[in-house]
Amino acid sequence: MSFRDRLKETRAKASDGFRGGKLMSSIFRPGSPFRKGYVDSPRNRSYVVMNNVLYHLHPVKVKRHGVRLSYTLCLGGLSFFLFIVLTITGIWLMFYFRPTELAYVDIQNLQTTIAFGSLVRNMHRWGAHLMVLVVFLHMSRVFYHGAYKAPREFNWVIGVILLLLTLLLSFTGYLLPWDQLAIWAVTVGGNMAGYVPVVGAQVKFGLFAGLEATTATLLRFYVLHVLFFPFIIVIFMAVHFWRVRKDGGISGPL
Amino acid sequence: MVDIPEHLLQRSAEARAKALGISIEQAMAEMKGQSDPTVISKEPEVKVIDETPTPTAETPAPPPETSAPAPAAETVTPIKEEHAAETTEKVAAVKIDEKPAAAKPPPPAKADAPDEVDFAPEVKVTQRLLTVVKAKPIQKPVKEPIDKVNTWPHLMLPEFVALMAMTAFLIFLSAILQAPLLEEANPNVTPNPAKAPWYFLGLQEMLSYWDPQIAGVMIPTVVGLILWMAFPYIDRNPETHPSKRKFAIMFYTFFLAGAGTLTIIGVLFRGPGWNWVYPWIDGIWFDDLLDWIHFE
Repeated sequence: MSFRDRLKETRAKASDGFRGGKLMSSIFRPGSPFRKGYVDSPRNRSYVVMNNVLYHLHPVKVKRHGVRLSYTLCLGGLSFFLFIVLTITGIWLMFYFRPTELAYVDIQNLQTTIAFGSLVRNMHRWGAHLMVLVVFLHMSRVFYHGAYKAPREFNWVIGVILLLLTLLLSFTGYLLPWDQLAIWAVTVGGNMAGYVPVVGAQVKFGLFAGLEATTATLLRFYVLHVLFFPFIIVIFMAVHFWRVRKDGGISGPL
Repeated sequence: MVDIPEHLLQRSAEARAKALGISIEQAMAEMKGQSDPTVISKEPEVKVIDETPTPTAETPAPPPETSAPAPAAETVTPIKEEHAAETTEKVAAVKIDEKPAAAKPPPPAKADAPDEVDFAPEVKVTQRLLTVVKAKPIQKPVKEPIDKVNTWPHLMLPEFVALMAMTAFLIFLSAILQAPLLEEANPNVTPNPAKAPWYFLGLQEMLSYWDPQIAGVMIPTVVGLILWMAFPYIDRNPETHPSKRKFAIMFYTFFLAGAGTLTIIGVLFRGPGWNWVYPWIDGIWFDDLLDWIHFE
């Protein structure tokens, strides 16, 4: 036996010992591909989904036509994924950002002195634009497939709320760099709220925390952006995903 | 031939053996068709009872009747075997009460000799497997079985690839395109034009046509929210195929085209003072797109 073969064998043995050991068996539930002796069988295919808290979002089996990429274009999943990317990059950005007069300086520092600061900020901004776009395309896909029809009517309503929340998240985030683009875009948007009949002035005052966009507005938008809207949107997303399954999985085929 | 569960076969063989006074093995063999069925030529012990009650003349028990039940009992047996062959899981054993055969002796008997007569001789109390009824629901479900595949790997693998592609695309985009950062916010200096985020630029464009009450409030809330949410409740057409819902498709396509046109005009064709500009002549007046031009 050559040295190489012996090395191979030793490595295989060590790998088996590790994957079959108590630690890995305690972490991964039966049927996991990370456990020793995983084989591709219908039973294990079910276990992979059932025994994992993240994958468990999916049913064990899905309609065959729904798996075709051309049916959904993965738009719903990508919307959710972009939300996760935005959460991760957003949390990272929070370490370097103060929603005060210093906000602009913090962004400048992010772009110039902090490692990967520019990249992460760009990812957060383009990702946000992309998410608005993908959510909108997802809605269009659902509409063209007539997927909002019974029994999925209410899930469509939740979806529209999710689109609205996405827009609100993006809009509140728009102010945070505290540059001329941010403040005037938000001023334009906030002034529109001022035209709401009867309570327009109050709505605008509540939005701006004053009569115009100031650092008080910045703090308000910051809290809405990093805490309030993400909290609300996660609740609606949970209901949305849950309803997808309860209403019988993906719609169609046409 | 469908297999009959062993325990049911055993049970009916026991019953048959008891009824005919043969061994269980023999009954089993008969039921499996390995041996000819035992034919009961005469009523066995029933007759004993028959004779006891006859003295009481109340019941006219004519001899023809006595012979009649015997063939009836025989005709029953073949049916049993035929149906037994078709068995699946659930089996209903139908009792044959041999009493009709012994019915002629009836009530008066007890008045005469209550103790001596065995009213339940072994042969009389029998349970026999008459037929095996296939378990079938009364209502047939009309639903067709759905063609399904395992989520792992058929859905999760493409999904994973899509996520990776999206991540790669986003990182690539972020590496080559710089997000805009203008001068520090200054409420005293209004840029010209001041534009909203791109997804609101269609609205801002409409604001330049109509009163803000209509374009800024009524259209977004009534059309954008209420109508949109209520759409599944307005469109009651159950069809999903595009050719059978042309109006809905047309409606949405017009909406898309309209919103898209307004947004593109707002983003690219509006310059200082919200006047019409051509992006290839006057440049881009939308800061999020600035770096896209610098890039080349």
